[in-house]
Amino acid sequence: MSSREDILGRVRAALHRNAGNAAVAREVMAAALANRHPGPQPAVVSEPRALLERFRLKSEVASSTVDVVATDADVPAAVAKYLGAMRLPTSAVAWASLGALDWVGAGLKVETRGARDADLVGITGCFCAVAETGTLMMCSSPDTPAAVSLLPETHIAVVRASRIVPYMEDAWNLARAELGSLPRAVNFISGPSRTGDIEQTIVLGAHGPYRVHLMIVEG
Amino acid sequence: MEIKSMRFKANAEASLANVVLQGNLKNAKGKFVTKRAEAIKEIDDFEGTRDAAAAIRNKVIDNLDLWLERFENRAQETGAQVMWAKDGAEVCRLVTEIARKHKVTKVTKSKSMLSEEAGLNQALEAAGIQPVETDLGEYILQVDNNEPPSHIIAPAVHKSLDDVADLFHKVHGTPRKTEIPALTREAREVLRGHFLTAEMGLSGGNFLVAETGSVALVTNEGNGRMVTTLPKVHVVITGIEKVIPTLEDLSTLMRLLPRSATGQSISNYFSILTGVKKPEEHDGPEHLYFILVDAGRADVVGGEFHEMLRCIRCGACMNHCPVYQTIGGHAYGWVYPGPMGSVLTPLYAGIENSIDLPHAATLCNQCGVVCPVKIPLPDLLRKLREKQTDAGLRPLTERVGLRVWAWVAQRPVLYGLGARLGARYLKWLAGEDKSIRLLPAVQEWTRGRDFPAPQGKTFRELYAARQKSAKESQQ
Repeated sequence: MSSREDILGRVRAALHRNAGNAAVAREVMAAALANRHPGPQPAVVSEPRALLERFRLKSEVASSTVDVVATDADVPAAVAKYLGAMRLPTSAVAWASLGALDWVGAGLKVETRGARDADLVGITGCFCAVAETGTLMMCSSPDTPAAVSLLPETHIAVVRASRIVPYMEDAWNLARAELGSLPRAVNFISGPSRTGDIEQTIVLGAHGPYRVHLMIVEG
Repeated sequence: MEIKSMRFKANAEASLANVVLQGNLKNAKGKFVTKRAEAIKEIDDFEGTRDAAAAIRNKVIDNLDLWLERFENRAQETGAQVMWAKDGAEVCRLVTEIARKHKVTKVTKSKSMLSEEAGLNQALEAAGIQPVETDLGEYILQVDNNEPPSHIIAPAVHKSLDDVADLFHKVHGTPRKTEIPALTREAREVLRGHFLTAEMGLSGGNFLVAETGSVALVTNEGNGRMVTTLPKVHVVITGIEKVIPTLEDLSTLMRLLPRSATGQSISNYFSILTGVKKPEEHDGPEHLYFILVDAGRADVVGGEFHEMLRCIRCGACMNHCPVYQTIGGHAYGWVYPGPMGSVLTPLYAGIENSIDLPHAATLCNQCGVVCPVKIPLPDLLRKLREKQTDAGLRPLTERVGLRVWAWVAQRPVLYGLGARLGARYLKWLAGEDKSIRLLPAVQEWTRGRDFPAPQGKTFRELYAARQKSAKESQQ
């Protein structure tokens, strides 16, 4: 007997499984999968201005830094300003979806491709953002590779204010509506990577980025 | 992993006598407790959320066979392969076979307690495949002669900064560093090379989502993302009890897990991985395997300990346990320490191999109060004690003693007389300092603590006196 049959067989026996109760349980299971509903949620005000403010506040609690700009066109200059102020390199790897911005005009050398170990700055967008916890939702695809937000020491993420939703459950609904099924990797990111494994002292920059800078675009 | 739980009493005494360990435990004490207390204030309906989480877990466990089939089906549709393992040995065999098939020489591992159960690192090494632990705590332990973890969330919590500084100086051959960020950077640089060269990544799974056939990983360091993004093969090892129905259920559980574990509102990274990379994608594994592991779990389904299967491995019970906080995790002698470990070890590694664990509790119910999925841990510990007594696994003196006590307790007059005599004897024994240093019948117990002496009257005597005076004052 295969291990699969052995394990499932013992589970079935323990649950007194028979054709009758299996049919009932299958209906209950189908209903649970069809009628998905959120559990209790903490209050989050869903008015746009309040959402932006909550997202900003919670992101800062998670040790991200936040900048707000008016339009997409303002992003390259704001990124250049941040990198300059932090004395960080001016070359970066970015998602293809951000390739059309005028990076050269802002004095930056930005390549759109997958990330490599030597990349020090990674610039991404995000699928949406969750106000409850100050969290970015990243969906992987050929144009939005996961490693760009992981390998570089600095991660800069462009967040459209209109894509800030109250809860993670709203993010799932957006993904179902816009993508149909889940991409290979959904990564929720809340601030720079960290560890507390030595004396429970939090250190930023464990294996992923040391810093996460959010560029919220209002327009 | 070898089971050393039979030596619990000796291990616990050694831990109590270990000055360095006691210092490290004292230093760590309370940090998780304080952070958790702050973090749960953000949840308006914390009790309701715990109830919802327990209901989600029950929903699956009550029909586990069907939910497993459903998960398997969905995972296969996304391009993953699903395998099943009866025990740790089969986990080791399957992982080694997968590694050989893909010509793997190095495996980077994100933290997996099940791989500790299975002793996977030793098996991989024996097969000539290099396992590299990449969680900082697990890495510290691996380079320290494969020391076992002492906590399920903070594996190296028993080590001090000095311990790690000495260790890295020795194994990396670098100048001794004394700052935590510098030590973290050193480990990052060593491990980055491994992330980039390993052909296979191995992770546990916090949850398996039946709706989408995905595995969900809760991490902070980014190592979980590395091992599931860079290598061409990703192997997920999880217990069969980890299935949950939907993404909405995942969100509910995620409001509780990081808060209960480390006191974070959400972990830094929360990754939901589904299927394999598409040809035109830059990163992600080309092959994804799920190994669904029984190792004792199937036999807990439907029985008197089934509530334990709800466990989401947050570690809150051990963070709040006065016993764990005093002796640390190693004394428990297997993978899982603290209250959850004292239930899981007898169930998964044998009740006869862990005689003392269900007794390593004061039944104060701190663990039950903080458990995010409302597992009645003290009840389960008490049930295990009953089972041991029924099976004749407890010492003869204890079994006879309990019989005698039960016989007396059913005879109120005799019980009252016995209690009166006992209370007076103990008062006399304690003498002027009113505490008992050594009680001959329970020497083991009084060796570690002083016992406050009764003040001469029993509860029933005091109660009778109070009733009498109340009646007199009414008249």
